[in-house]
Amino acid sequence: MTVQELPGAAAAYRPTPPPAWKPRTDPTPLLPDPEPYRVLGTDAAAGADPELLLRLYAQLVRGRRYNAQATALTKQGRLAVYPSSTGQEACEVAAALALEERDWLFPSYRDTLAAVARGLDPVQALTLLRGDWHTGYDPREHRIAPLCTPLATQLPHAVGLAHAARLKGDDVVALAMVGDGGTSEGDFHEALNFAAVWRAPVVFLVQNNGFAISVPLAKQTAAPSLAHKAVGYGMPGRLVDGNDAAAVHEVVGDAVAKARRGGGPTLIEAVTYRIDAHTNADDATRYRAEGEVETWRAHDPIRLLERELTERGLLDEHGIRAAADAAETMAADLRERMNADPVLDPMDLFEHVYAEQTTQLREQAAQLRAELDAEEEAR
Amino acid sequence: MTTAAVKPASMAQALQRAMRDAMAEDPAVHVLGEDVGALGGVFRVTDGLVKEFGEDRCTDTPLAEAGILGTAVGMAMYGLRPVVEMQFDAFAYPAFEQLISHVSRMRNRTRGGMPLPITVRVPYGGGIGGVEHHSDSSEAYYMATPGLHVVTPATVDDAYGMLRAAIASDDPVVFLEPKRLYWSKAQWSPDAPAAVEPIGRAVVRRPGRSATLITYGPSVPVCMEAAEAAAAEGWDLEVVDLRSLVPFDDETVCASVRRTGRAVVVHESTGFGGPGGEIAARVTERCFHHLEAPVLRVAGFDIPYPPPMLERHHLPGVDRVLDAVARLQWEAGS
Repeated sequence: MTVQELPGAAAAYRPTPPPAWKPRTDPTPLLPDPEPYRVLGTDAAAGADPELLLRLYAQLVRGRRYNAQATALTKQGRLAVYPSSTGQEACEVAAALALEERDWLFPSYRDTLAAVARGLDPVQALTLLRGDWHTGYDPREHRIAPLCTPLATQLPHAVGLAHAARLKGDDVVALAMVGDGGTSEGDFHEALNFAAVWRAPVVFLVQNNGFAISVPLAKQTAAPSLAHKAVGYGMPGRLVDGNDAAAVHEVVGDAVAKARRGGGPTLIEAVTYRIDAHTNADDATRYRAEGEVETWRAHDPIRLLERELTERGLLDEHGIRAAADAAETMAADLRERMNADPVLDPMDLFEHVYAEQTTQLREQAAQLRAELDAEEEAR
Repeated sequence: MTTAAVKPASMAQALQRAMRDAMAEDPAVHVLGEDVGALGGVFRVTDGLVKEFGEDRCTDTPLAEAGILGTAVGMAMYGLRPVVEMQFDAFAYPAFEQLISHVSRMRNRTRGGMPLPITVRVPYGGGIGGVEHHSDSSEAYYMATPGLHVVTPATVDDAYGMLRAAIASDDPVVFLEPKRLYWSKAQWSPDAPAAVEPIGRAVVRRPGRSATLITYGPSVPVCMEAAEAAAAEGWDLEVVDLRSLVPFDDETVCASVRRTGRAVVVHESTGFGGPGGEIAARVTERCFHHLEAPVLRVAGFDIPYPPPMLERHHLPGVDRVLDAVARLQWEAGS
């Protein structure tokens, strides 16, 4: 019997609820675990495939050496700039290796290593940063989108591509990488929202490396974690130790597999740390303490994996040296090829603006041609 | 060829038909935007597409212009030909970064490896009594971005032919739809639609000998009316409809100005930093010795687009065009 029906009771005012309201999604299973997921050094490590761990190890060592070599190349003026991912190699490598060949990678400017781990020629991967062109490879050939300089703008591209692939009946997944700073951009929000509404087969990987240039995460977001942001879009958020290559590989791999079977997108936050400065142009001592960096050096992704592998007898001094030697060979080759001046044709400036050159561009091309001829003659 | 029924059709109907035909011919063509589905767009330009092609081909997106264009980039990367609708001119601004940082330069950035055949439909311009943010003419912003084609039809025939050309183009096209001409009608045969011409050619809408009115989009009918009115005063005005702002048809424009010796550029976007400055400079550089007078501009005032009750004072009308034509009676030293 309701209040109104009570005999003698005055008709009480009863606010009515919004009609037919119910939550669209149960938020509980979308919430990330309270702690970043780890594999190395835990019981979960026993289940990891030794062959995969060794592959990850070789790639981590190679990636660390790549970062060092590219940073050295900036000092020699061979690269205009290099945003190092030293300390973040586990995210780069493990995420890239979680993809199938038919999948697509959407990297940010810091994700050169992910592209290289996916098989891209190390020199081609550096074209943007060297400055001889904007992208040094055919994205369709490698299924790697151009390294993206504006923050988070590549995320909607990943959603659109994954959506298009699904419309065509292809079981292709897109992995989109972004930093912690990028999560503040509007395109991050729009991409996650579109992906969730369309149930697009996309995996968003946030590498939370602590700083957006100099701004720490606490000034970037008030969210409990970046993985928590997923709940608002109706997709699951996962939190993973970004320096644990086995954990990153497993979490990204699970999300990729889920997306592939039509389960929709996932947002993954990999907690890691940028050991080097933002780029060679940045002075990290102005905004962070050396003690903090040392704490993270103790949690180094290569050391974590090395310890696991040696303790399990999968890696010995010989194996460690072999990985280092292979990395050194890669670095020497990179150094040698980067020390050759690229051959540039200034007339290329007009070649790829439109499918067909406009009259105006033909005129401007003729002007540059004449200038080049005059230069040649004066020589 | 059988003669199809010729009956009055609006520009909005011709645009709808262009998308419908493109979608029927090529399964890669997808339409997406806010309200393009069940509603058929706020101007009904996408009317019926969802019924005919389903929600996968004509998609109501979340309300987010950067997201609409950004996802279209990814769709084009995978081989589709997205046609996106930006509901109103000023609503396109959140998508500017995608347009400028990615859409316009993906071909260039990848040395031709990844062209983006995206058509961005933008209803633009005033004259329909829209409140703030519903009447901007943003063509100068688009024109200033290399890698984009920028086109705008002024007739029902062109609306069809140019939209088909835009969708067929392997380059991104900003397709500016003069919204006050959406309901302008012409005798039009939907069964034998106008020819699809490549983008980039201007057309002489009215031949004349005394001066050239260089114009486009919503100002074309204004200039045609002005030309008729001027005839009474002995001015035989030629009207050139640019149709394409990028690429720019210097040849047609300069041929006309060399014939007439006088030119007025007419558009409703602002004069300062507007398209007219570029056009006047090009004409002057190329036709200086043929000019009897400076190239004049008749444009909107350099003000934020005014509220609807005042917009008639802002929009260049026939009288303002005729005043400019009178000023072409130029004498050296005057």
